[in-house]
Amino acid sequence: MTSATLHSDATRRQADAWRRQTSLRRFYTALGVALLLVAMCATMWFADEANAGHFFDRLPHILDFLSWLVPKDWNDVWRALFDIASPNDKGTQEFNFPLGRVYVWGGFYIPEYFELMLTTVNVALVSTFIGFVFAVPFSFIAARNLTPSPVLRLIVKRFMELLRAFPEIVIAGLFAAIVSIGPVAAIIAIGLHSIGALGKLFYEINENIDMRAEEGLRAVGANWFERVRFADLPQVLPNFMSYTLLRIEINVRISTIMGAVGGGGIGEELKLSISRGFGAKTLALVLLLFVTIFLVDQFSAWLRRKLVGEQAFLMSA
Amino acid sequence: MAAMTASELSAIEGRHPQIFQRPAYKRFWPLLLIAGTVLYLAYALWFFSLPQVLRESHWERLPLFLSQWISYDLQPEFRLDQPEITPKYPRFSALGEHPDPDWVIKNPDGTFTVLIDGRDKSVTFDKIRATIVANGQTVPVSLTGSKPVVTGPVPDWVTVHDDEVVAKMGFVGEVRVTVDRVKVRKRFLGWANFVFDTRSPFFGKSAGEVISLIASGPELKPGTSNLALAADNIWNNAQWQHSDVWTKLLQTIVMAFLGTLLGGIVAFPLAFFAARNITPSGLLSQVLKRFFDFMRSVDMLIWALFFTRAFGPGPLAGSAAIFFTEIGTLGKTYSEALENIDDKPREGVLSTGANGLLVQRYGVLPEVVPVFISQTLYQWESNTRGATIIGAVGAGGIGLKLWEAMRTNSNWANVFYMVLLTLLVVFIFDNISNFLRRRLSRTLHDYNRLHATS
Repeated sequence: MTSATLHSDATRRQADAWRRQTSLRRFYTALGVALLLVAMCATMWFADEANAGHFFDRLPHILDFLSWLVPKDWNDVWRALFDIASPNDKGTQEFNFPLGRVYVWGGFYIPEYFELMLTTVNVALVSTFIGFVFAVPFSFIAARNLTPSPVLRLIVKRFMELLRAFPEIVIAGLFAAIVSIGPVAAIIAIGLHSIGALGKLFYEINENIDMRAEEGLRAVGANWFERVRFADLPQVLPNFMSYTLLRIEINVRISTIMGAVGGGGIGEELKLSISRGFGAKTLALVLLLFVTIFLVDQFSAWLRRKLVGEQAFLMSA
Repeated sequence: MAAMTASELSAIEGRHPQIFQRPAYKRFWPLLLIAGTVLYLAYALWFFSLPQVLRESHWERLPLFLSQWISYDLQPEFRLDQPEITPKYPRFSALGEHPDPDWVIKNPDGTFTVLIDGRDKSVTFDKIRATIVANGQTVPVSLTGSKPVVTGPVPDWVTVHDDEVVAKMGFVGEVRVTVDRVKVRKRFLGWANFVFDTRSPFFGKSAGEVISLIASGPELKPGTSNLALAADNIWNNAQWQHSDVWTKLLQTIVMAFLGTLLGGIVAFPLAFFAARNITPSGLLSQVLKRFFDFMRSVDMLIWALFFTRAFGPGPLAGSAAIFFTEIGTLGKTYSEALENIDDKPREGVLSTGANGLLVQRYGVLPEVVPVFISQTLYQWESNTRGATIIGAVGAGGIGLKLWEAMRTNSNWANVFYMVLLTLLVVFIFDNISNFLRRRLSRTLHDYNRLHATS
């Protein structure tokens, strides 16, 4: 009997402690959520105040705004996409579809928007390539377990951090003044950013490798290059490729935005078309951009799954 | 080391056929990849006509621009065709309305001397001749004819144009001499008038003077304390626009915060219906997943342009653009995290007869909330960076201001100021997000280990 009382006393104490702990945790959770809500309301108010048009003033007109998007003739979307002359053409910029054709061979042409999309995708690919080429050697220097010199490691790490955080539009603006405004300035800006972004991911992979192969090579007297090439690279290359593919997805998006601020490509055309309210052109551009980004994402996801399996989609926090 | 015999070698080869006799496509794919990349790069070279672009680029401007980030210049002009030579400074020069710098000297004999870098780099002139000194050489220029004439040999740092003699002295500045005027550009390291602009009563005073004025001086503007006046002068500095820059910076931060948070709030319930293992209907899961893909693929730029048109330029448009993109991104990552959960706790709760909502609350949430928060923080961090670019298309924040500062007046010092602030914000937010995620990482570690073993 006495032992049973003791037992229930201990249980009660335990239960009480547990209850206290949970209620404290619940209190903190509630406090956190409340703070977050307050911050949300405050920032909403702030954003609304600072904006040119206010949310509730503009809300009833949202659909008016969308009305220009609906073309009178839905076939114009296709005509805009493939640069086919439209019967609605009254000489205005809204329907001058065939004007932008890029003739390749005789009567064979690439429609303007496809050419612009190609520019945007090429900017993304070339800048990702630049990022990859520099990030790989940098990542070996910046990895704690592989670095040839701790001082060099720190310098390279800081340099990559700077490249990653530096606003791309400033680099683009700077180089627009040097190599003229256009896609090359965008390539430099996105490329420099990619070096930092990829470099960070790469050296984190490098720091997690299995060091046994490296030790084996060190034992037979291999130098730094040989160790990195034959012990590290084979382990990390699939992951590197996977992250590079992910970077291509991101860079296609960034290069579209860069286009809108003068970097050439489809972004510029889209910005013009939306600001002037050209419904058919806008729909054609949005469609093209949407399909391209969707395809790039799907292709990259498929390839990443082949390279590293489901691991590509797990969190690496 | 003993050499291996041929039979030993072939024995090893025979034991490991998967290494030594791989199919051709596996052996050659790296080579093919490299060849493909090289071909593509050649194509890109042609596509962007890179050789031409590089030939026509102005790399000599790069050091000039970079030096302008951290320096400013003063450009006094001396008219020689007036009865009396007087220095003239451009309007809004960094020296204020009554400039009297100590590096412009009026000599007793009526000549002027401008010290560009002490006496070693200077110019002395009157109406008939100018003497330029730099790099240990003295170059006399006669101004009596219809165009300036250098008497004696012309060193390579001096260029003689048709009607102008230009002496470049590197970073510190340059001198331009014509028969009727002398123009000097003198460059100073640092940011001019960063604290007080030229209209402020505190302008031109040393830090000690300002402090003593604030502490015990007479009121410079009747009715306001000196401290309030100084704060107001700093905040409304016309040249650096501190108030505008900081407000725009806050807008950028708000855009990222609000967009990510709202995106998370909307994506959270949707993710449960999109996760294949939780949703009651496969069709709903497919529809939602395609919806997430759509929101992501329409791209932040398109959303930003649309919302800028709908709400007008400003942070509201930017927040809405990030919000819509984030519904897609977070919805996708949340639902993937949900699909990867361990089913045992859920089954345990289900076996006690709990209803659907309680099963999610006690069987699923404890496992995924750390992952959700971590992913949201990560997106917040990356959106803080992204909000800068989005701003440049009119969606508010510091991006637009940066872009305008670069395009309209190429005020690189101002650009650099904003860049430094942006870097600071990104740095702070990276660290906050990293800290919070590390706090979560213990739970996350358990989560990841669970999946490594299962």
